[in-house]
Amino acid sequence: MSQPHSSSTDALLVHDVSHSFGSHVVLDHVSLNVPQGKFAVLLGLNGAGKSTLFALVTRLYDNVTGEIKILGYDVRRRPTEALQRLGVCFQSRAIDPDLSLFQNLLYHAALHGIGGKEAKTRATAALEKVVMGDRAHSKVRTLSGGQARRVEIARSLMHRPGLLLLDEPTVGLDIGSRESVINIVRALVKQEQLGVLWATHLFDEVALDDHVILLHKGRVLYTGAVPGLLTQTGSASISEAFRKLTGTTAALEAA
Amino acid sequence: MTLATSGALPETSSFSHDDAAHPKLTLANYWACFKGIVWREVLRFLHQTERFFSALVRPLVWLFIFAAGFRTVLGVSIIPPYETYVLYEEYVTPGLVGMILLFNAMQSSLSMVYDRETGTMRTLLVSPFPRSFLLLSKLLGGVAVALLQVFAFLAVAYFWSIQPPPLTELKLFTAYETPEFLPQILGSIKEPIVYSFFQVPSFLQPVMGYLTIIPALVVAGLMLGSLALFMSSVIKQLENFAGVMNFVIFPMFFASSALYPLWRIKESSPLLFEICRFNPFSYCVELIRFAFYGYVDVTSLIIVTACTIFFLAAAVYAYNPSKGLIGRRGGPGGGA
Repeated sequence: MSQPHSSSTDALLVHDVSHSFGSHVVLDHVSLNVPQGKFAVLLGLNGAGKSTLFALVTRLYDNVTGEIKILGYDVRRRPTEALQRLGVCFQSRAIDPDLSLFQNLLYHAALHGIGGKEAKTRATAALEKVVMGDRAHSKVRTLSGGQARRVEIARSLMHRPGLLLLDEPTVGLDIGSRESVINIVRALVKQEQLGVLWATHLFDEVALDDHVILLHKGRVLYTGAVPGLLTQTGSASISEAFRKLTGTTAALEAA
Repeated sequence: MTLATSGALPETSSFSHDDAAHPKLTLANYWACFKGIVWREVLRFLHQTERFFSALVRPLVWLFIFAAGFRTVLGVSIIPPYETYVLYEEYVTPGLVGMILLFNAMQSSLSMVYDRETGTMRTLLVSPFPRSFLLLSKLLGGVAVALLQVFAFLAVAYFWSIQPPPLTELKLFTAYETPEFLPQILGSIKEPIVYSFFQVPSFLQPVMGYLTIIPALVVAGLMLGSLALFMSSVIKQLENFAGVMNFVIFPMFFASSALYPLWRIKESSPLLFEICRFNPFSYCVELIRFAFYGYVDVTSLIIVTACTIFFLAAAVYAYNPSKGLIGRRGGPGGGA
């Protein structure tokens, strides 16, 4: 297992974290890091443990082994400070369909203690950032899947996080919406110096300059730059490298 | 094909996400969070007009049909807080207000299970505020919704000539009786203790009954909401909610003083009487009933407050990721 290069400035540092449901081990001594201002891809098949890792980072589950730090704050010992710096888009849509885009964003701002004019200013700016400003007062249920996902990204930026987690954010989206969502997030990394952890099982969402973390059956098989992964495995593509490391067959993209 | 390309976005100002951008949470932040949660609950309720009308129709059907039909069958004698004989409709009104609180709490519980299944609950639970504060705020949001329903019901009941009497003073009331084995030491107390503590200004007297029930509604609503919150952590799936109707809502409502005075139940079934006395919903109803007439029913207040603390502690425990019941079977936010 590759050890992460830990640094006090990492947006996310996960060190030696394990998690089980009963006797079933879902994460096995997982260590990884997401540097600030870096787009990191958490690549793994369905059932690899990506969502469980996200649940631990967001404190939905309690991590009893190892440590998880968001911008230096331990999520267990300093949950308030850690969660203040975390933005998250869960795999299933977690946005109120009966409220407007603007109302959803105001609600999220309130959940981070931001109210009044400041919340409205930030909501307007966040919607502009994801090119949804003209739909601010539409109800969420009138949006397409890609638009709703962009609103969720806008929402996760409201409290100015340093780390953004996205759990398979392009699942169920058409090709145009996928491209739009991924472009928005990549631009945010550059503009805002966000650390992003993007969980996916789709190889075409990985770029050459990304930080890649390969998770398989609860274990990290590789963490580092994409060229390093290709060199280490003697592969020409990420999919080939993945198959060599995991011993799986080519059915990944269809999964 | 690759999607992993950088795209052009509108150039907007960068933001800072260092320590200065995330100062320590202050009381103002807590207040903003609380207001936001309550505002969302009320807004959602107002958007769901069907829910509003169904919440209103239920007690009105009981009032206009059930209570009117039983008016001549069920006479209510002079028992505190009544100082004269009252019509059955008047007796049953606090019980129907309790029914609104009970159904609203269970509706909240249902919606929390739904939120958990769909994942919406996770948005709330990844907030940096303490989970107990978030859950309490959500409960109070539910109580605010219940208050809207109760006052809409009372507004309709007003035109059915069901109104609290003008109140000249507010009084503490306790139905304490010296236990039978103690009178030699303490002296015998058989009469309820009533202590007047506030003279109501004349301009407030006609509407005072509507004001005095507000604290009672908040306390009772919190207790029922806490129970519902705890139940939402125990219920694994939305489909199990039918069981809640059969095993919680109906027994709590019918085995209480909502529809008939406890002394009447005692006459027909001492066992049922004891069950009703152990039912915390009975004390919610009595707290509201006494509040209508300007009394603080101390016994009910103590029992309802104690039950609130117990149920709320159980709910916070259940939703705590390191200790709770939900965490053991897949996380409080569901579906992760």
